[in-house]
Amino acid sequence: MPALGADMEAGTLVEWLKRPGERIARGDPVAVVETQKGAIEIESFQPGVLAEIRVDVGRRVPVGEVLALIRGEDEAAAPARAAARPMAPPALPGVRISPAARRLAEAEGIDVAALHPGADGNIGLAEVEAARAARPFAPAPTARTPAERGLDLVAMRQAIAAAMARSQREIPHYFVGSTLELSTLLAWLEHVNAARPPAARLLYLVPLLKAMARALAAVPELNGHFVDGRFVRAEAVHIGVAVALRGGGLIAPAIHGVDRLDLDALMAKLDDLVLRVRGGRLRGSELADPTITVSNLGERTADALLPVIYPPQVAIVGCGQIAPRPWAVDGALAVRPAMTITVAGDHRVSDGRSAARFLARVGELLQAPEAL
Amino acid sequence: MSATRRITYREAVREALREALLRDPRVFLMGEDVGRYGGAYACSSGLLAEFGEERIRDTPLSESAFVGAGIGAAIGGMRPIVEVMTINFSLLALDQIVNNAATLRHMSGGQIAVPVVIRMATGAGRQLAAQHSHSLECWYAHVPGIRAVAPATIADARGMLWTALQEPNPVVIFEHATLYSDEGEVPAGGEFAVDIDRAAIRRAGADLSLITYGGSLKKALAAAETLAGERIDCEVIDLRTLRPLDEETLLASVRRTHRALIVDEGWRSGSLAGEIAARIAEQAFFDLDAPVRRVCSAEVPIPYPRHLEEAATPQVDTIVAAARGLMRR
Amino acid sequence: MSAPAPHKVRVTREHARELLRQMILVRRFEEACVEQYGAQKIRGFLHLYIGEEANAVGVMQALTPEDAVVATYREHGHALIRGIPATAVMAEMFGKAAGCSRGRGGSMHLFDASRRFYGGNAIVGGGLPLAVGLALADKLRGLARVTCCIFGEGAAAEGEFHESLNLAALWKLPVLFVCENNRYAMGTAIERSESVPDIRRHAEVYGIASETVDGMNVVDVEVAARRAAEAVRAGEGPRFLENHTYRFRAHSMFDPDLYRDKAEVETWKKRGPIVRFSQWVLETGTLHQADIDAIEAETAQTIADAVAFAEAAPPEPVEDLLRDVYAPRPAAPEPPAP
Repeated sequence: MPALGADMEAGTLVEWLKRPGERIARGDPVAVVETQKGAIEIESFQPGVLAEIRVDVGRRVPVGEVLALIRGEDEAAAPARAAARPMAPPALPGVRISPAARRLAEAEGIDVAALHPGADGNIGLAEVEAARAARPFAPAPTARTPAERGLDLVAMRQAIAAAMARSQREIPHYFVGSTLELSTLLAWLEHVNAARPPAARLLYLVPLLKAMARALAAVPELNGHFVDGRFVRAEAVHIGVAVALRGGGLIAPAIHGVDRLDLDALMAKLDDLVLRVRGGRLRGSELADPTITVSNLGERTADALLPVIYPPQVAIVGCGQIAPRPWAVDGALAVRPAMTITVAGDHRVSDGRSAARFLARVGELLQAPEAL
Repeated sequence: MSATRRITYREAVREALREALLRDPRVFLMGEDVGRYGGAYACSSGLLAEFGEERIRDTPLSESAFVGAGIGAAIGGMRPIVEVMTINFSLLALDQIVNNAATLRHMSGGQIAVPVVIRMATGAGRQLAAQHSHSLECWYAHVPGIRAVAPATIADARGMLWTALQEPNPVVIFEHATLYSDEGEVPAGGEFAVDIDRAAIRRAGADLSLITYGGSLKKALAAAETLAGERIDCEVIDLRTLRPLDEETLLASVRRTHRALIVDEGWRSGSLAGEIAARIAEQAFFDLDAPVRRVCSAEVPIPYPRHLEEAATPQVDTIVAAARGLMRR
Repeated sequence: MSAPAPHKVRVTREHARELLRQMILVRRFEEACVEQYGAQKIRGFLHLYIGEEANAVGVMQALTPEDAVVATYREHGHALIRGIPATAVMAEMFGKAAGCSRGRGGSMHLFDASRRFYGGNAIVGGGLPLAVGLALADKLRGLARVTCCIFGEGAAAEGEFHESLNLAALWKLPVLFVCENNRYAMGTAIERSESVPDIRRHAEVYGIASETVDGMNVVDVEVAARRAAEAVRAGEGPRFLENHTYRFRAHSMFDPDLYRDKAEVETWKKRGPIVRFSQWVLETGTLHQADIDAIEAETAQTIADAVAFAEAAPPEPVEDLLRDVYAPRPAAPEPPAP
């Protein structure tokens, strides 16, 4: 049983994802463990074959106890290794957490190591409550199906309110919008998807996210965090994708390294993310470390939105629906599919010009989707 | 709500004294200048004429002897109210209060009750300089065997004395000297007595618990008013009883608000505020969202000039600033 | 050595026997205390009264059961003569709940409210204001009772002594002040601590009638105490006795007694109250040796019983630690509305 946090003493094994005799690659999830922080997948750091399961589902296991034995590819059945080595607890240099915040985080299964401190450099109840807003499911003390996991909508709404109130209080927002003509993109998607089975088809969100991730290279001042009174630029592009939940509430888990993923990989990540959102198995880092957020209204909704930045991020992109619009083409009026995209930026870090450059660059990239 | 009337703190104390003298023939008042002079703070003016020298007794300037005599008379079947002019002079009677009043019940294995009530004015705020500005309530609150109460409102000044007189233990009542001329509501008639067991929530709030007592209550309430304008919602708790502390009320409040700010006119080192902070840390640590803060008197004998006296003691603006800090603003 | 002054009081055979019995009781009790202290049954401070017995015995003759006594930390004798059973006093010294203060006080804090014996006060001078208050209560309640306040000459240097004498005299309170002047405040001889070593003169300053008494002579003490107590009881205000006496043992069990000349101690021992009174009763034929032997035997049995009782008494359960700090109060009014 690996330590999945400095304060973790034990976990309850809720599911084996591999059976004895199954081959295991390095990094494969092997089992699901319920901790105070929620259900967490345990990866194997050893490739090989699952030789023996030592712990039955439902048992509470102290950290350090052997869960299973993996036999190396080239080993005989004999010398066995533990399925997973204990991991070092996350280090929290310089970050202080209030006792009440720590307790709430434990109760809610929120990973304090992934939280961003408040204005004073400390993590308080406000930060944990904000993280709770981003996390739809209450922690399950014992193995339960996702449907059984309670969704605390009231708490989520309170946390959204806390985060948004903080945003409105602290962040001087500006808004810059553009309407992009998307006939080229849609035609290309139709062409690409025609050759694919339904499960492998790309959503328009995929090239859109990719274009944004690449555009950010030109405007790094929109990608990062505002911490301790200064902007910290992010090297990677982790785009938080805001997902509205049925029954209310909002969650924006991150897709990591969007700028470096090809479209198929990005699509797979998006699928996986949606699946895991429904399964309540998000990783703490996904909830806490987006460097920018995209809020997409989707089809048959509304034309535009003015989004509110999710602190400590410094920008958020709002996408309206794609709808047929009157469009000037070569001096004549035509009807073309178009989308209004609005960028909210943090004036402490950037000006409207940055957002305008970003939008122009996204428009350019979407004119050549095959190059994404 | 039944009818009320408006009187000063001084009048409330006087009414309470008069009521006690009328209701219980065992009660008598003793202290320096309580008779002819009418009390240093005029709390007993007119009582000598009404009750005579046997029951309104001017004493020589001998705090140890007359406080000890009050203790002895209480053991001897009376219900003495001893007025020590100010807490500053009570140091001359510390031996009697700490070594006799507080211990006799226990040392005698429960045989001896000491139902004495000792009143004294306390606190700074009137430019009386170091020897007349002490807030040493915590010294008495430190001692088991004593009950220490601090009426901060007119109603408590009116009602606590009678309850204290029903107590079979020594009770020390601290009246902050800046309160005597304040006005407030008391019941128009009927029973005035109030309990001396529980702290009172003088203002309900959700964001932080402002814990105080005595002369600092009105400052805390004024600070809470200012902070409300900044959308900081303070809960103001009046301890009322300094010993034994009503932990239940204190801790319940801190568990609701997750933040505690203690305002105490005593010096910070070894203060009652320190005791309260320790109890919060001991019993509500995991409910805290911020370190406990204190606004106490600066570590200096209280100086004479007004601006320095104000700087040395808790003020509305220092309370407001500490509250903002606690709210991370 | 002069004989007591029998002309001042008629000492009957019975009374002589009683005075001697009481002094011997106190003496033997304290000797037993020393033994039990050595056996570690009695701990803490133990201040012995050996040599001073005539004072407690003499003064107590003048008091009625309604009167009150406020004594010091050297009060075993006063407590026993006041009537607290030796069993309860010894159990107190052993720290047992069967003790006269439930074991919470020990040697220095013997109490018995039913006998109006108010300590057992271990702060020098601290008992005087208390006695003044007890007398004030009696006066206010119209009770013709005496509060007898006993203290050593060391108290005369304390402010509380002067404050209390002034207040008692000012308000004409029924206090009988008895100063047991044993010449040493712990290790400090009176000449080294008092600008006016004649203690009774301090009382005179406050207008309190006073008298110097031979505190080694039980009959002298009784006579003086009766005279003073009657005046106090008659409403004449406080009276003051200064009894010259001497303790034969050190200040306490912790005291190596380096500040006194051994010869001085020996001289005083020759004037010892028991030796001297025994001699007198035998010489005058008031009592016979058989009477004294009988007293000794009876006392030995009393002491043995007291030690056995204290030994057998159960220790108080630790669960009771916090009892008797506060008394419960009748129902309190409701808490104030928020």
